[in-house]
Amino acid sequence: MMIVPVEKKVLSENQRIAATLRDRFRENGTLCLNLVSSPGSGKTTLLEHTLGSFQAGEKVAVLTGDLQTENDARRLAHFGFPVQQITTGTICHLDGKMIERSLERWALEDIDLLLIENVGNLVCPSSYDLGEDAKIALLSVTEGEDKPLKYPSMFAKAELLVLTKIDLLPYVPFNMEQARANARLVHPGMDIVELSCSTGEGFDNWLTWLQRRRETASMCACLTER
Amino acid sequence: MHEVGIANAILEAGQAEAARRSGAKLVRIGVRIGILSGVDSDALRFALTALKMDTELEEVEFEIQSSPRLNRCLDCGNEFESLLYSVPCLLCQSERITLAGGDELDLAYIELEEA
Repeated sequence: MMIVPVEKKVLSENQRIAATLRDRFRENGTLCLNLVSSPGSGKTTLLEHTLGSFQAGEKVAVLTGDLQTENDARRLAHFGFPVQQITTGTICHLDGKMIERSLERWALEDIDLLLIENVGNLVCPSSYDLGEDAKIALLSVTEGEDKPLKYPSMFAKAELLVLTKIDLLPYVPFNMEQARANARLVHPGMDIVELSCSTGEGFDNWLTWLQRRRETASMCACLTER
Repeated sequence: MHEVGIANAILEAGQAEAARRSGAKLVRIGVRIGILSGVDSDALRFALTALKMDTELEEVEFEIQSSPRLNRCLDCGNEFESLLYSVPCLLCQSERITLAGGDELDLAYIELEEA
C-alpha cells in the first residue's frame, strides 16, 4: 500500500477558470460583483432599480442565472444595458465555465461593472468562484433573521449584506437588530445596507456602497499598474 | 445539494492522479471538506458510493475528513479554529476577525496498491 499526497482542490478546474476570469477583469478594469440569495429575495428587482439609476452610456452589463426561462433577462433588458440570461437547466449554481462562455459575446474593455445574478440558492453558489471581486448576499425581511446562522458559508463569504423589502417590516415579525447581529456573528465586519426597492428607502446607501466599491477597485487597478 | 457533481469531480481527479502512477491500483481516496464548504459529508459519501457502482472504481473506499473554520485576527495576526461562527480572538479579544480557512474542498490523498 502506498499513500500519495495530492492536496488539490476538487473544483480545481473551476478554480483555474475563475483565476483566468479574475485576471481578465483586472486587465480590463472590470469590477465584477456576484449577487447571491434565496429565490425571491429581490435580486432582479435590486438590479432593475440599480440599472434604472445609471446614466445611459455607463459601461454596465448583467449576467443573470436561472434554471429555466428568459424572464429575468427580459425584465433587465428594458434599461438599455447589455444583458444575457444563463439558463443552467438543472444545475443549482453558476460556475466559471458558464461565465466564460457568456463573456465570449462581449468585449470586457467595454464593461466597467459586471453584475452577476446567481441562481437563487444559499448553498451551492458559495462553492463556485466566478472570478468576482466580491459576493453580495441579499436577505429579505420576510425570510427570518436567522438565515445567516442557517447558511453561514454564504454569509461568511459575502462582503456586503443587503437587507431588502424593509417596507414590509410593519407586517412581519423580523428583528432587524438580531439579523444584523447574526450576520456579524458569521462574518465580523460585514458591510450591511437596508433598503426597499418599492419605496426607495435606503436605496441611496446601496448606490453609495456600490460607488465606493467601484472607486476602490479602480484605485487598486492603478496601484497594480504602477 | 450539488454533491453528485462534486463526487464526480472527486472520482475523476482521483482516477487521473492514479493514472499518472501507472500499474498501481486505486484503493482509497481521501477528501477534506471544510465546515463552510457547503458540502455535506453524508450526502457526499452517498453520492460517491452511488457513482462508483458498476464502474472500475467499485472497490475504492473513501475517507472524508472535515476541517473547522479557521479565523485570523486582523489586530494581532493570531490564527485560531472555531466552529461555524467566529469568536473574538483568543489572544487579544479583538473582534476584527477574518475568515482564513474552513471552506476547503480538497482531494487530500490517494492510496494505491502496487500491482
